[in-house]
Amino acid sequence: MNDKVFKIILFAAALVIPLICGGVIYSLTIDASDAFSRFGFFEFLTSSEWDYTIDNEKYGALPFIVGTLLTTLLALLFCIPFSLPVSLFIGEYFKGRKIAELLGTVTDLLAGIPSIIYGLWGFYTLRPLIIALDISPQGSGILTASLVLAIMIVPYAASLSAEFIKMVPNEIKESAYSLGATRAEVIRDVVFPVAGSGIFSSYILAIGRALGETMTVTMLIGNTNQIPQSLTATANTMASIIANQFGEADGLRFSALIAIGLLLFLITAIINVIGKFLIKRARIM
Amino acid sequence: MKKIVKLAVYITIALFAVACGNKPKSEGRDSVELTGAGATFPLPFYNVVFENFAQVNDDEVAYGGIGSGGGIRNLRDRIVDFAGSDAFLSEKEMAEMPAVVHIPTCMGAVVLAYNLPSVDNLNLAGDVVADIFAGNIKKWNDERIAALNPSVKLPETDIVPVFRSDGSGTTFVFTDYLAKVSENWKNNYGAGKSVNFPAGQAAKGNPGVAGVIAQTTNSIGYVGSEYAFAQGIPYATMQNACGEFVKPTAESISAAAMGEIPADTRTSITNSQASGAYPISTFTWIIIYKEQNYANRSKEQALCTVDLLKYILSTQAQELTSQVHYAPLPKKAVELSLKNLDAVTYDGVAIGKLSSNER
Repeated sequence: MNDKVFKIILFAAALVIPLICGGVIYSLTIDASDAFSRFGFFEFLTSSEWDYTIDNEKYGALPFIVGTLLTTLLALLFCIPFSLPVSLFIGEYFKGRKIAELLGTVTDLLAGIPSIIYGLWGFYTLRPLIIALDISPQGSGILTASLVLAIMIVPYAASLSAEFIKMVPNEIKESAYSLGATRAEVIRDVVFPVAGSGIFSSYILAIGRALGETMTVTMLIGNTNQIPQSLTATANTMASIIANQFGEADGLRFSALIAIGLLLFLITAIINVIGKFLIKRARIM
Repeated sequence: MKKIVKLAVYITIALFAVACGNKPKSEGRDSVELTGAGATFPLPFYNVVFENFAQVNDDEVAYGGIGSGGGIRNLRDRIVDFAGSDAFLSEKEMAEMPAVVHIPTCMGAVVLAYNLPSVDNLNLAGDVVADIFAGNIKKWNDERIAALNPSVKLPETDIVPVFRSDGSGTTFVFTDYLAKVSENWKNNYGAGKSVNFPAGQAAKGNPGVAGVIAQTTNSIGYVGSEYAFAQGIPYATMQNACGEFVKPTAESISAAAMGEIPADTRTSITNSQASGAYPISTFTWIIIYKEQNYANRSKEQALCTVDLLKYILSTQAQELTSQVHYAPLPKKAVELSLKNLDAVTYDGVAIGKLSSNER
């Protein structure tokens, strides 16, 4: 095999991915155009009606956008108290030691567990607990889904944050210590400001993961099509409504589901671009 | 290297030969592959009969349980030989497609599964069920439920209704029944594969609903009978149109189809007036095009499709229904369907009645 052939093969392989990506966007847009042209782009985004009645079909994405943002935001809030200490433990307090390595490995292991396992755990362990604690009579809902999502995104937030915390130059930290700063002060006034945008971007990537999570959420959120009125209310996310309904979807509903898919694609893409951009900036610093 | 290439070529040729090996068979046609898709409800029954049918003539029948709506979509796109559906096509859907033939294949029911640890037998009536799912009856000890169960001590707890989150033939049959027995349900929610249930929570598929019910005390939900029978889930006794309290069984489900059936078998048999009938019973159909020559299908495939449906309607296959927790078709439905099959054509020539040497 000579160099030229090798180069052509590589080039072709590399070209396939952007082509597929473009193809996905193209076909999503084509199939979604029915729903957008029927309801109007902004009306589709802001309407909370999801009515299947034949001859009176009305589809709006608002309940699912709210459901997605709410579960993601809550998952992020629940995940911070676990992931931030873990990243400080690995990246600062026990940096380079065996125990930090062990904890890092265990955290990363969480990322490798298939989402259906989290779903099962949530369904058979967490959900009965929520019923037993009398938080909600049915156990499913935004809160249950968010709690499990939080655990799922901990490894994404923690490992990457730890990397950025490790990268804070020793000289700065040592100069702070030499001025009499305590460890807590060093973390607050030196580590966080320096690694800040890096930590922030790792949470952005964790959000990207939470946004699109489908299986776990579908099993735990209760799958109802209204805007959730409380944290224990049942709801649907953009991913879960698609998973729930594409099988029987037809005509306009099919198009509406594809439109939701396109919106989810765009939101996730934007979030990832922001995350990547911030990481780049953090590396330059 | 050369050896490996040679080997790969041989293997490819061998596989190709296996895949295309059309051996002439006894019934006057070559063995073929058929593809169908649609309802998941009759899937266990289809798995058995398709397997049995395929052995006779070395055919292959592949069926994808992708939901009734998906099956009909595939038939409309002409990428399958037949579609399975728990709901018959509406006039409007029929008008959008070339002529189709509906063949009922077996019967099933929708049962109301519940989770009340202290209650062994629960009696329910249609209007009560409608009000439970509409959120109008909120407590288990509601006087209307108590009136149906005089000897049972019902708990004073909130009812948690559970319904299907995915579009489903099961939901269609259930809501079709509710719309017949409750004006309120008909006007506000209606019947369909997906309905906006106002109360409770939803789960995906029969296993999802059954799982939520098993895990949630005080819950009630609707589940396909074949699933409830196979899993041994406790379910309610329903009051039928004659006022009798009936448990869903193979007999009471078949009894629901004892009334009038239209010639094309497109009918809903929920809330059946027949005595001894379980009120939430249904046919499930296989739908094919009346003119079988489409999308470059061969005559063999058309003949095989008709053979398959004839086999499903045979006594031999119908006897299998109760083994896999369905109910057999009543005689009248079988006779009507065989007549409908006779009208199926290939290139305008009726193929339903052709004897083996005419093929």
